[in-house]
Amino acid sequence: MIPSVFEYHAPSTVSEALSLLGQYGDGAKLLAGGHSLLPMMKLRFAEPAHLIDLNKIRELSGIREEGGVIKIGAMTSETALIDSALLQKKIPLLVEAASLIADPQVRNRGTIGGDITHGDPGNDHPAITIALDAKFILVGPKGERTVAAGDFFLGTYMTDLQPEEILKEIHIKPFAPKTGSAYCKLKRKTGDFATAAAAVVLQMSGDVVSSARITLTNVGPIALHAQAAEQALVGKPLTDASIAAAAAAAMAICDPAEDLRGNIEYKTAMAGEMTKRAIRLAATRCK
Amino acid sequence: MAKKLITVTVNGNKIEQAVEPRTLLIHFLRENLNLTGAHIGCDTSHCGACTVDIDGQSVKSCTHLAVQCDGSEVVTVEGLADKGVLHAVQDAFYKEHGLQCGFCTPGMLVRAYRLLQDNVNPSEEQIRAGMAGNLCRCTGYQNIVKAVRHAAKTLQTAKQAVAA
Ligand SMILES: Cc1cc2nc3c(=O)[nH]c(=O)nc-3n(C[C@H](O)[C@H](O)[C@H](O)COP(=O)(O)OP(=O)(O)OC[C@H]3O[C@@H](n4cnc5c(N)ncnc54)[C@H](O)[C@@H]3O)c2cc1C
Ligand code: FES
Ligand code: FES
Repeated sequence: MIPSVFEYHAPSTVSEALSLLGQYGDGAKLLAGGHSLLPMMKLRFAEPAHLIDLNKIRELSGIREEGGVIKIGAMTSETALIDSALLQKKIPLLVEAASLIADPQVRNRGTIGGDITHGDPGNDHPAITIALDAKFILVGPKGERTVAAGDFFLGTYMTDLQPEEILKEIHIKPFAPKTGSAYCKLKRKTGDFATAAAAVVLQMSGDVVSSARITLTNVGPIALHAQAAEQALVGKPLTDASIAAAAAAAMAICDPAEDLRGNIEYKTAMAGEMTKRAIRLAATRCK
Repeated sequence: MAKKLITVTVNGNKIEQAVEPRTLLIHFLRENLNLTGAHIGCDTSHCGACTVDIDGQSVKSCTHLAVQCDGSEVVTVEGLADKGVLHAVQDAFYKEHGLQCGFCTPGMLVRAYRLLQDNVNPSEEQIRAGMAGNLCRCTGYQNIVKAVRHAAKTLQTAKQAVAA
């Protein structure tokens, strides 16, 4: 319950935060919503000597559409994602997923940027952002760079984010008309991380699947992009057989950790089941 | 480590104090301000017994630093009653038997207080989802749902009376 001592900094601009990061190096941690970091500090799994609070940096939060792209500040809370009329209309998958994350209080504080950069395979945004083909804008001492969500997650708690960098924005293209999506998450109770979850984004022309993106949560060391599952659907009519083939392909790439949520076989089977449900649900929403 | 001077408004009272950065808001409220209504029921941010209202949002004060509240407005259960008259949520928990041991109740009340401002007429499903960050060992939740509904009706009637 009691974190170790640390020095607290509350910069009001990104450049101030970057210079603090540069100054304190490895001893510093960025504080966003604090709902992964503080719990770890309270258990002394993390003992940073400096906390750099990003909450006073106005330029890091908010949702806007610019040049055909939806730009979401890293410090935007889950509640703000859910309440966003723009996202409800243009990227409903993000709204559906955010409402399945944690609980109301946690969603008021937890941020999309923190959920992504934490690198926990249990978190939901990694798979969602890969399904949405999101781009992450990272800012460091030498300026900005862009990394695709699909290239960002490297291992459990490991991402492509460099120690001197801050995730600034998440860029996502709005759904084309008639895109259907779904996030199906199996969990033991509200506020629990997924036993298994699947995100699906589909486009249909008539009965035939014209494009598909399928990703999986918490059934591997990182969020998984089930490309073979996508290939099992694309260019074919959507049938029980094609859905079963996609689910089998998704299960084939699962590598879950055994824990209190279940063993490897159970989690893998549930990833298949969530994939089937998400495909069916997404298909009904392709209108 | 150097303490930081913070100014925070708690239940309408402006407070200026120096705090150690690692002090959790729940400990600041309970130990520094002696506001012991908010409770601690876990150390993993699940139970919601520590819920307070910060700048119009329900927050688990065990997962927030006191130093982050500089310039904020905080409402705790002690701030709900107005000159001794119970707030509608307090009266409703009492009338509907929405508490037994009372340990979760301050967090439940402060959460219900905010829920009913965000959604003046929640359905049973919306109440259960809206209160999902608060655990209770005693009640089985049924009477808490009834209490929140009861409070919603009271608040609506009061609003209509003001409008009329
Ligand atoms: C009870 C409970 C249930 C939860 N359930 C779920 C769930 O079902 N699904 C889910 O996905 N999550 C869940 N979470 C996690 C929660 O959503 C966290 O808030 C989230 O994982 C981290 O976001 P944060 O903003 O709180 O980040 P913090 O905890 O502040 O930070 C997490 C990490 O990210 C780094 N970081 C944060 N922001 C940036 C940035 N902009 N640039 C670079 N680095 C940054 C921090 O330095 C830190 O290492 C749960 C948490 C709790 C307490
Ligand atoms: S004490 Fe349990 S959530 Fe804060
Ligand atoms: S009344 Fe005892 S825990 Fe809720």
